[in-house]
Amino acid sequence: MTAPREELGLARDLEARDRFADDETDPSVSSASDPVVALGDDAAPDGLPPGGIGERQSGRRGSLPKLAVPGAPLLVAKDLRTHFKLDAGWVKAVDGVSFRVDDGEAMGLAGESGCGKTTTALSLVRILPSNARIRKGSSIELFGIDLVPKTENQLRRYRWREISIVFQGAMNALNPVRRVGEQIAEPIEIRLGATRDRATRQSAELLELVGIPRKRAKAYPHELSGGMRQRAMIAMALACDPALVIGDEPTTALDVMVQAQILQLLESLRRDLGLSLILITHDLSVIAETCDRTMIMYAGRVAEEGPVSRIFTAPRHPYTERLLGAFPNINSDRRTLETIPGIPPDLLNPPEGCRFHPRCPAAMDVCREVVPPEVLFPDGVRVACHLHPAGAGGGMLISAEDVASRRMPPVAAETPAVGASPGTPGSVGK
Amino acid sequence: MTELIRVSGLQVHFPIRSGLIDALARRPRGVIRAVDGVDLAIDEGQVLGLVGESGSGKTTIGRVIVKLTKQTAGRITFAGEDVSALWGPKQLRDYRRRVQLIFQDPYETLNPRQTIHDFVAEPLEVNGLAPRLADREAQVISALESAGLPADFAFRYPHELSGGQRQRVVIAGALVMGPQLVVADEPVSMLDVSIRTELLRLMLDLREERGLTYLFITHDLALAWVIADRIAVMYLGKIMEIGPAQTVISSPRNPYTQALVSVSPSPDPPDAGMRAKRTILKGETPDAAHIPTGCRFHPRCPVAFDRCQVEEPPLFDLGGGQSAACWLVEKDQLPVLDPAILPGLPAPSPGVTPEAAT
Repeated sequence: MTAPREELGLARDLEARDRFADDETDPSVSSASDPVVALGDDAAPDGLPPGGIGERQSGRRGSLPKLAVPGAPLLVAKDLRTHFKLDAGWVKAVDGVSFRVDDGEAMGLAGESGCGKTTTALSLVRILPSNARIRKGSSIELFGIDLVPKTENQLRRYRWREISIVFQGAMNALNPVRRVGEQIAEPIEIRLGATRDRATRQSAELLELVGIPRKRAKAYPHELSGGMRQRAMIAMALACDPALVIGDEPTTALDVMVQAQILQLLESLRRDLGLSLILITHDLSVIAETCDRTMIMYAGRVAEEGPVSRIFTAPRHPYTERLLGAFPNINSDRRTLETIPGIPPDLLNPPEGCRFHPRCPAAMDVCREVVPPEVLFPDGVRVACHLHPAGAGGGMLISAEDVASRRMPPVAAETPAVGASPGTPGSVGK
Repeated sequence: MTELIRVSGLQVHFPIRSGLIDALARRPRGVIRAVDGVDLAIDEGQVLGLVGESGSGKTTIGRVIVKLTKQTAGRITFAGEDVSALWGPKQLRDYRRRVQLIFQDPYETLNPRQTIHDFVAEPLEVNGLAPRLADREAQVISALESAGLPADFAFRYPHELSGGQRQRVVIAGALVMGPQLVVADEPVSMLDVSIRTELLRLMLDLREERGLTYLFITHDLALAWVIADRIAVMYLGKIMEIGPAQTVISSPRNPYTQALVSVSPSPDPPDAGMRAKRTILKGETPDAAHIPTGCRFHPRCPVAFDRCQVEEPPLFDLGGGQSAACWLVEKDQLPVLDPAILPGLPAPSPGVTPEAAT
């Protein structure tokens, strides 16, 4: 756990053995008897009993992180506040955001640029600029393990192995002077401690899984088309069989037809591997296509969150409504596009009350003064808007804690049957 | 309505640079056929949406029209004048005033060290249009105001502006010359949806006020549908279908257009039935150095038959201003599909067998 050991690369090997021990033996036995475990990052600072490892709900992969709380949801963010320090003060890019993602679920994060959607997602793995701080009181629980207090070294155990990212510009995210196959094999080798041969074999399997012929593993990124590169990025994100994949605008730079192909691929991966997904995009149609739930953010806060089928057909928040109305849709009327006058607020000095009130067509006096609390409705939609107060239409005031624990049924009643059996091609790392 | 611009038989071929060894071996030099025989016309005050995926040649057409790229063959007529051979800064001075270009990326178009005023005034200075400073300033401010920006923006720098405001500055820079035709190459792709709408409105308003004509180049069919009067769909350097925007969207006749319409993004959550009706084409657009024989779309076409492999279909006039390049529409054999079932694209009906078509 100490820094010197990390620097010697010892911890990496230990970590790897740790992981494979997990895979091959009864977890409870290995964590109780294997001395390696005591050296691991997760050497029970939380005082959990050894062997406190829950069964992975989806059954997609046998092993959970050591400290996983049995029965805990895949991911819960509570009251997440990520602020950036500037000379002029703190920019409250994400300011009190709570959400939950269940195993096998796809959640779409949407909003205009600067709404905090990317910062929210990057906070989960703490890939943030050096002037960013996740504020006290925020928590990010992966299988019940709070990632916020983890040190940088401890967090490495979770990055890519549990949460991986597909970035937008595949050309910039891939190393131009290394073959794609090698780049995909690298995390398997380093993070999972597989031999080079095995990693190479697995990277070829992964490429095939995402629809790139095996022999293209020897290609350099520039030899692949934009769509192929994005597929390679997806393969890389899947390399360590993570519990959660974050897609940061994964189709934004692609052609419509290629975008349709990539979305189809994501969908088949979700179906076959039970992949859990957080999709960040400004393109609401991508969310409509791929996600179960969506969270619309505005100026660092949640405006509305809930099932796609509800939010896209009957939006409650005026911002969601406008955003949907601004989207050109060949199935609706031509040239009746909505505009949202004004620009998003300066997050150094966000407006008092509801942050959307200066641009809101329905703003009332109360909106200028009081921050609208989050209210949960029986259809599973959570809204922060004074037009939809608690009590109206069965809405209930909720806290961050409620978002984590008391998601209104039936969404919470997910059966463990989601996802495929452990023998699927995606079960890399076995 | 009078025709403002027409290109006919437009061809842009770029030679592939060959290495020394290729030259010694006397290998034939390859050619990229970026634009491979395109006919287009835009009436005054009209918006033509030119839609295609990357590599379709849509941007090259825009560049040829604003004279940034020379065509290999073909004629360009602007306001009744043949401008095909026009080239060189002096000769183009007048033409460039009348034809302006708006680029995609407002972040790269603007010089970060130049004030907004200087950016907008630059074309006036270069062309010696308003030698007196006071005139120039008045014109700059009027252009900024037309683009929906307050006059005091003139002395700001690009970094003080949001993306939408920057694109308005770029539009002001085009307007200051008082153009008749504006070629807009993906003018809103970099912007947020909410800001997009404002800019599209601005462009349409300017058309009303100043009688502008637009060539609106985009990869987004839905966007073209919102702003354009007519839509032309390109694939690998050729127009596959052209017609009134509403017709092309609601009853596309070329299988490529049909596939594009079927995958066009929509914020309606699709149900299972909708998903099944999508035609997601396999593979990718071939590169323009190796254009397939016959109909260039045939290797990816879900309804291709023998003839498509050998013979390239011309654009068939379908009436109502719509034309499509597909053998299946030659004698109007492909019925206008009901929009509801359209994206399904089942195999051609028995009446449309290859025999019947040939």
